[in-house]
Amino acid sequence: MQHHHRLYIVSSLILLIATLVFGMLASWAFLYPLTYNSIFPFYQARPFHVSAALFWIITGATACILFFKKEVLPSPSGALAGKVFVYTWLASILAVFVCYSFRLFGGREYWEFPPVLCLPILVSWVFLAVSWFAPFAKVRGRKPLYMWMWSTGIFFFLLTFVEQNLWQIPWFRLSYLREITVQWKSNGAMVGAWNQMIYGTSLYLMVKISGDEQMARSRSAYFFYMLGLTNLMFNWGHHLYNVPAAAWIRDGAYLISMTEWIFLIRMIHGFRTTLRESKRLQHLISYRFIIAAEFWVFMNLLLTLAMSIPAINRYTHGTHITVAHAMGATIGINSMILLGAFSWILEADMLKIRIRKAIAVSYWGAQISLAAFWLSLIAAGIVKAYRTTALNITSFQEVMAPVTSILKVFNLLGVGLLISLGTIAFIYLRRALRFTPAPVATIPAQHASPKTRIVRAKENELAQ
Amino acid sequence: MRFGLWILLFCAFIVYTWFVYAQCDTSCKAPHPSGKELAGWQLWQSRNCQVCHQLYGLGGFMGPDLTNTASERGKGARYMSGIIKYGTGRMPNFHLSDSEVNNLVSFLTWVDKSGKNRVPPEFVTWTGNYNISN
Repeated sequence: MQHHHRLYIVSSLILLIATLVFGMLASWAFLYPLTYNSIFPFYQARPFHVSAALFWIITGATACILFFKKEVLPSPSGALAGKVFVYTWLASILAVFVCYSFRLFGGREYWEFPPVLCLPILVSWVFLAVSWFAPFAKVRGRKPLYMWMWSTGIFFFLLTFVEQNLWQIPWFRLSYLREITVQWKSNGAMVGAWNQMIYGTSLYLMVKISGDEQMARSRSAYFFYMLGLTNLMFNWGHHLYNVPAAAWIRDGAYLISMTEWIFLIRMIHGFRTTLRESKRLQHLISYRFIIAAEFWVFMNLLLTLAMSIPAINRYTHGTHITVAHAMGATIGINSMILLGAFSWILEADMLKIRIRKAIAVSYWGAQISLAAFWLSLIAAGIVKAYRTTALNITSFQEVMAPVTSILKVFNLLGVGLLISLGTIAFIYLRRALRFTPAPVATIPAQHASPKTRIVRAKENELAQ
Repeated sequence: MRFGLWILLFCAFIVYTWFVYAQCDTSCKAPHPSGKELAGWQLWQSRNCQVCHQLYGLGGFMGPDLTNTASERGKGARYMSGIIKYGTGRMPNFHLSDSEVNNLVSFLTWVDKSGKNRVPPEFVTWTGNYNISN
């Protein structure tokens, strides 16, 4: 493993651990402000948590792309740009956290650091784009879908990141409605961009595990990619249903969001196949994470579809149901896929049986904690929605009184997530620091194809 | 064929984006912001108010939504000034100067003019969509 790859994977795992720790601190600061306001107030703790989470997802996704790039695009062009990206990106993240430490803010929601730091982030992303698109452009013939998905993710992240900073141009601030519309348009599309990178990684892993390249070339795969792309571009309006902007924005978003039923129907239709495959491949750690992500995609789709109906969104908007949606997506889907990819990259199936058992226990701990965590947020959201919208209670303290009790349960469940996901992240961190992949020449001939991970994992299990 | 479809979709996205930028606020209920309001907006971000408060339901849940506090009965500019100036048990005192407090209140009053945060039930149509009249 090249030095910058190792550094990058290690950094993304550190970001995951930081996300969990700051998440815990932020929830304590939320529940006990009188204690925390003088030490680590919520307005400081939450940016640490949110930025660590965003950077974990984006860094993790790009770490996978950079690692798999040498397999799918062996051309050396763009290699230097890739290295420059790694160092400038990580330096920018460090600068963000230094600013937060000194309570220096100034950006918009989720990107709350001083806007000047957007510049190095943007520059570093341009280097990533060069490092990916330079060899990508040289590939002739039909490219597999995961390459398209990675390209789409990289390109749209660049685009949406620029769009997210348009508020710095005075014209956009002449109207408050325009400003937040553009802001949430870019926020929504940016989530779609990193989902393309992460789902592309998931597809690549599935192709490697099954050995069936057709999965990334079939007509239906391309159809769902195009549908996903359409949603990336146009399905962001549910954030803004209650904003009195032009009605066609709401109408268009509502219409596009209903196409998500097609994803749901496909999942239900393919349930048996998924179940059969998961039984066959369940001993593979990376596959288990992919299956967990599938489950969370399904659960989140149900929630998203409900929230996309304005009449329901009227209740859920501005409540903890939105947080459940965000947490379900970032932990349940994005983090699970990334941990699955890291399991593959770091050959977690080759670990000692004792450590694999620890991963398995933590895996189930994470799923159970997340499920309870997710449900507690939905419960908090329902209570808040009922009190605000149905009972029309206007006093904030009165609305929040029963919600806070549920959030105390949520806080305890967060400890479960911290321990379980933290254990997995820590094991992978240690593995990444020492890991050297077996040279191709030393792998027995029958293990040379990508499919062989399954065989090797089974052999390793038998040997131990 | 597939790349052609991609390009077509992207062109539609560009056109749509342009329309969003130019046409999303046709009501123009709130006038263009003054220097005071813009300074208040800047302060809103530099003090990270969005982490705890919401505007149009977007933001953190530690404190109340402030979209229409300026026009809410029993609240208004004086009420907001007092809270911002001294904080509360949950909200820290940011030790803002009088002019900073005024700028922040001006910003929130300007946001209030842009529309109402809550959608009344009579605005919901049979399709499940809203009919918000600007």
